[in-house]
Amino acid sequence: MPELVKVGMADAKVGTAPSTLISYGLGSCIGISLYDPQTKVGGLLHIMLPDSTQSRANENRAKFADTGIPDMLNEVLKLGASRSRLVAKIAGGAQMFAFANATDIMRVGQRNAQAAKDVLAGLGIPIIGEDTGGSYGRTVSIDLSNGVYKVKTIDKGEKEI
Amino acid sequence: MSDDVASLSANQMDALREIGNVGAGNSATALSQIINRRIDMNVPRVSIVPLGDVPDLVGGPDVMVVGVFLRVYGKAPSNILFLLPRDSAFYLVDMLMGKKRGDTQKLDFMDESALMEIGNILSGAYLNALFNFTNISLLPTIPALAMDMAGAILSVVLIQLGQMGDHALVIETEFNTDDEGIKGHFFLVPDPGSLETILSAVGVE
Repeated sequence: MPELVKVGMADAKVGTAPSTLISYGLGSCIGISLYDPQTKVGGLLHIMLPDSTQSRANENRAKFADTGIPDMLNEVLKLGASRSRLVAKIAGGAQMFAFANATDIMRVGQRNAQAAKDVLAGLGIPIIGEDTGGSYGRTVSIDLSNGVYKVKTIDKGEKEI
Repeated sequence: MSDDVASLSANQMDALREIGNVGAGNSATALSQIINRRIDMNVPRVSIVPLGDVPDLVGGPDVMVVGVFLRVYGKAPSNILFLLPRDSAFYLVDMLMGKKRGDTQKLDFMDESALMEIGNILSGAYLNALFNFTNISLLPTIPALAMDMAGAILSVVLIQLGQMGDHALVIETEFNTDDEGIKGHFFLVPDPGSLETILSAVGVE
């Protein structure tokens, strides 16, 4: 029975096949996966905010794109992933409530998605799958035996990216 | 202090529980009058929980809920979130629209509007009671509604708190109609800075 590993909010988990890493109920947060298809090593990170330097509470590095992604990269490298083979997928970044005068914090989903892309680009890791935006929640998982990243929603069905 | 909610005294917690009590009591009365049913209310839970654990208070991050969200402005800015499991929300719509129980299977525009109005009335009642108790005047924005996974809906509030700390202070009350058909969770989540204002207004700094 392959292990199902739960990734909480502002949390990251890494592992190897045949584990599946799963994070439930993402709204404006982003689920970022890294995967090495050859060694079948990967990780899933659930960030809440784009930038740790803009926050008063930045002890939990997995809460932010700018600190969480490099930390997860180090962890998957330690497990034997090759940096040159690593690929990334991202999903989430919704705006759950529509307000006429949406403030910055309401648009945090969009900023999270942009930050995730910028950080991954800076690290030279290609993004090969993406499902961001919209106004609905997502449950995301990555199966480390094949790198399939599943996105489940309530009304928009389920897809693989 | 980066995480000011992590260290509250027993007195402070009691004061917050009392705020939840009078606020939610007023809200429950308002709801009871609208749907003409008795509403039972539990003793409010005042919890300080890691942000990621907040969705567990309503059954887990992937539970399907309807959420009515209001931002609260004034001297103690806060967020209000009224969460109903999907079936409860449908039943509430049945009652509001004069339909038979079970008629509502999805929400149309009018249904959403009715639920937002309920969120509005409950929040108004809650904040009025809070004002009588603390003399802090607070105004809610117009409500917004979403039907989705609890984690996704709560993330709106949790992300704001996440900028300031890793814990959430939630004052939460559970409502039940006498026939157990409707369960709802009413959350008042003060912004981190607002807590001091509220506590000093009730004299337990």
